[in-house]
Amino acid sequence: MRRDLLHIGAFALVLAVLASLIDSGVWLTFLMMSLYGALLALAWNILGGFGGQFSFGHALFFGCGAYTQAIAQVSFGVNPWLALALAVAVAAAVGAGVGALSFRYGLKGSYFALVTLAFAEVFRILAVSAGFTGGGVGLMVPLRESVANLQFGSRRGYVGLALGFVVVSLIVTAWLRHSRFGARLQAVRDNEDAARAIGVDPFRIKLGAIVLSAAFTGAAGAFYVQVFQYIDPSIAFGAHVSVEALVGAIVGGMGTLWGPVAGALALHTLAELTRNLFGQLPGINLVIYGVVLVAIVMFVPRGLAGIARGRRG
Amino acid sequence: MLDFAILFPSVLNGLTTGAVYALVALGLTLIYGVLHIINFAHGAALMVALYMVYLLKTWLGLDPYLALPLVVPAMFALGYALQRGVIERASHGRDENILLVTLGLAIVLENLALLVFKSDTRTIETAYTLTTVPIGPAFIALPKLVAFVGALACAAALMWVVARTDLGRAIRAVAKEKQGARLVGIDVAHVYAMSFGIGLACLGAAACFLLPAYYVNPQVGGGFVLVAFTIVVLGGMGSFAGALVGGLLIGVVESLGGLMLGESLGQIGISAIFIAVLLLRPQGLFGART
Repeated sequence: MRRDLLHIGAFALVLAVLASLIDSGVWLTFLMMSLYGALLALAWNILGGFGGQFSFGHALFFGCGAYTQAIAQVSFGVNPWLALALAVAVAAAVGAGVGALSFRYGLKGSYFALVTLAFAEVFRILAVSAGFTGGGVGLMVPLRESVANLQFGSRRGYVGLALGFVVVSLIVTAWLRHSRFGARLQAVRDNEDAARAIGVDPFRIKLGAIVLSAAFTGAAGAFYVQVFQYIDPSIAFGAHVSVEALVGAIVGGMGTLWGPVAGALALHTLAELTRNLFGQLPGINLVIYGVVLVAIVMFVPRGLAGIARGRRG
Repeated sequence: MLDFAILFPSVLNGLTTGAVYALVALGLTLIYGVLHIINFAHGAALMVALYMVYLLKTWLGLDPYLALPLVVPAMFALGYALQRGVIERASHGRDENILLVTLGLAIVLENLALLVFKSDTRTIETAYTLTTVPIGPAFIALPKLVAFVGALACAAALMWVVARTDLGRAIRAVAKEKQGARLVGIDVAHVYAMSFGIGLACLGAAACFLLPAYYVNPQVGGGFVLVAFTIVVLGGMGSFAGALVGGLLIGVVESLGGLMLGESLGQIGISAIFIAVLLLRPQGLFGART
């Protein structure tokens, strides 16, 4: 644990120094989006990598976080910092609800993937139909730049915010690697019956994992709203976020500490390179994500982290 | 307000849509029954088939119904090749990997279509697009009626193949007991690929019946995929009769839901059924698996 924390501290320090040295807006944006991708992948990894429960609908939690962040500010005038806490709480609560329903009935594997997908779709339709979400038009958060208002004049502030989230989720992941709860979660992933036989309650363990995972995904949603000041149903609950979270974690290596960070960085580098090569084409990012996903599962099922470990012997 | 004169056409409409849903779901349930995988690329494959029909019509002027003998074999070949070339190689014997690979394929196909065709919604124009046929007090569009009859005919043909032919016997043997089938000399990898091919061939047929009364855009598969999953889960994974009945039922539910709750909220009915069935009766209404 102490070694992991040391590594996380070094990682945070290097990135903080990097962010303060870089002046180019393009590179700061790249750094910010990579950290945002890493946050999504780390969040998915808690449930998918350590818990073995593959969610195809993590956009559900992202969207709940994003809409809470936007609605609390626009309709109720809540301070964005407070809204952030609310967003995380709402996403965690939705995670608890979905988790309680699906794990109570013993859904796993493809069934669990399907049910998360369906919940995301239900919420997307609700967001289009309901009045308080602004319907299909979406919600705009008014521009009022100040730190108290969680809106920064430069990208550097957002990089700091994203880095904060990533560090917290890294610490939680490190805790999963070394704590009793994490050991139980991995036991449930590897063999649920055997875990139950030695006195682990799989339901409670998986519920804990989905709540943690949803909370961080909700934070990513709130972050998105603060950066882009806009949210609509298909951004919030569409497939893009679910795919990005899952592909990042799988490319990097499921159930590892640094895999999701490496995976998100690799994906964003790839996306950026193709944008420079081909210009801004609709869908090109997701084509690449899909190809990378298939290729990784085909050739290196343990992800980038698996390659690194294999090389070390 | 909801008297017979309004309800009857709505139910009829639902049944015609439902028959096509059933055909899509039959392909999905065949793949599940044999390979025990959920094909997340099913909707994307339907989208590919719809574009095939669309291009044949706009480039060669080929009528969608006459395109059947071209599109169905093409989709079969695509399915066979995907299973042999990609899915089998990527599985490493783990179901999670197959789940991820079919998801990856769906993402690639959908976004390639977006790159090539942009997100425009396209339709085709045929001589009979606007022709209607009276049935009782209701009028129904001719393409929908053709789709209903055609989809049911395809479903019957598929069931005959599975029940009566040597290939069908091999498919059922592999579905029941993979090791046993291998021991009596069945080429399991070939049967897997045949099943995947037939599953996609169903989509080829569905696309030919759909397009005269429907549209195509890169996202069109997404709507169908959730519906097809719902039907398969409702009917019981791997059950043909379940997929058929489930398809018709879902078609009617969607149609009535749209009538009573309005278009956008009506879609929730399907997702709600889906979640409820998954939670309460994951073996489906007809499924024996527990």
